[in-house]
Amino acid sequence: MELTLSWYLSLSAVLFTIGTLGVLLRRNAIVVFMSIELMLNAVNITLVAFSRSMGDVAGQMLVFFVMAVAAAEAAVGLAIVIALFRKKETVDLSRFNLFKF
Amino acid sequence: MFSQLFFFFFAAVAIASGIGLIVSRSPVSGALWLVLNLFCVAALYITMNARFIGVIQILVYAGAIMVLFLFVIMLLNLAALPKMQSVNWRLVVAFLLGMFVLAQLMYVLAGSLDLLPEPTMPDAASGSASALGQELLTRYALPLEITGILLLVATIGAVLLARRKFE
Repeated sequence: MELTLSWYLSLSAVLFTIGTLGVLLRRNAIVVFMSIELMLNAVNITLVAFSRSMGDVAGQMLVFFVMAVAAAEAAVGLAIVIALFRKKETVDLSRFNLFKF
Repeated sequence: MFSQLFFFFFAAVAIASGIGLIVSRSPVSGALWLVLNLFCVAALYITMNARFIGVIQILVYAGAIMVLFLFVIMLLNLAALPKMQSVNWRLVVAFLLGMFVLAQLMYVLAGSLDLLPEPTMPDAASGSASALGQELLTRYALPLEITGILLLVATIGAVLLARRKFE
């Protein structure tokens, strides 16, 4: 059995789905953030698999930039979580309805 | 044969630790499951000949980002969230939506695999730091600079957002 591109793409799809389920199921804002990181990772697996399959380093460069954006996203997102925690003393997403009026 | 075993072992551990992340009670153990997942993904990158990306994955993701997550979890001193009552419909809808996403992804995968261009030069892409650095500082120099500005903006934004305001 050959280890082909489709195996890596299937693993990526499964990990992406787990991340989606985490975002939909969990109410803890920090766990939701970690699930988003999981989804970003699943996409990175796809990019690296295509990079190997095509013999082109462009996919790996894209992974590099995705990681930089993920770091920026985590910093800003966790700062938002801290600001929300100051306001409401909780990170339970079902308790936040700031846009409701 | 050896590489297949390697792939299936790390893929299984990655999926198991992903599930561990979304079912774990406390955010700290969820973060530790995610660290295990990131290490497995880094191992898969290294098997795919992307050594630089694998090392960066461990340094940036498992090192920096997860330490930031754990730091914030400790800082907020979270009590465990109360158990959900009478929201079983929400679990069911979320699960169905997740399965829908998986079905869509698998459908696209199965349908497009024969549309993909043939692997032209498999393993021709060297994932070494020197090859990537050469590309990064010549062809991708402008995106690199923009990424630097993005990280600066994110740092300033995080400091401003997390600053204590006395109102």
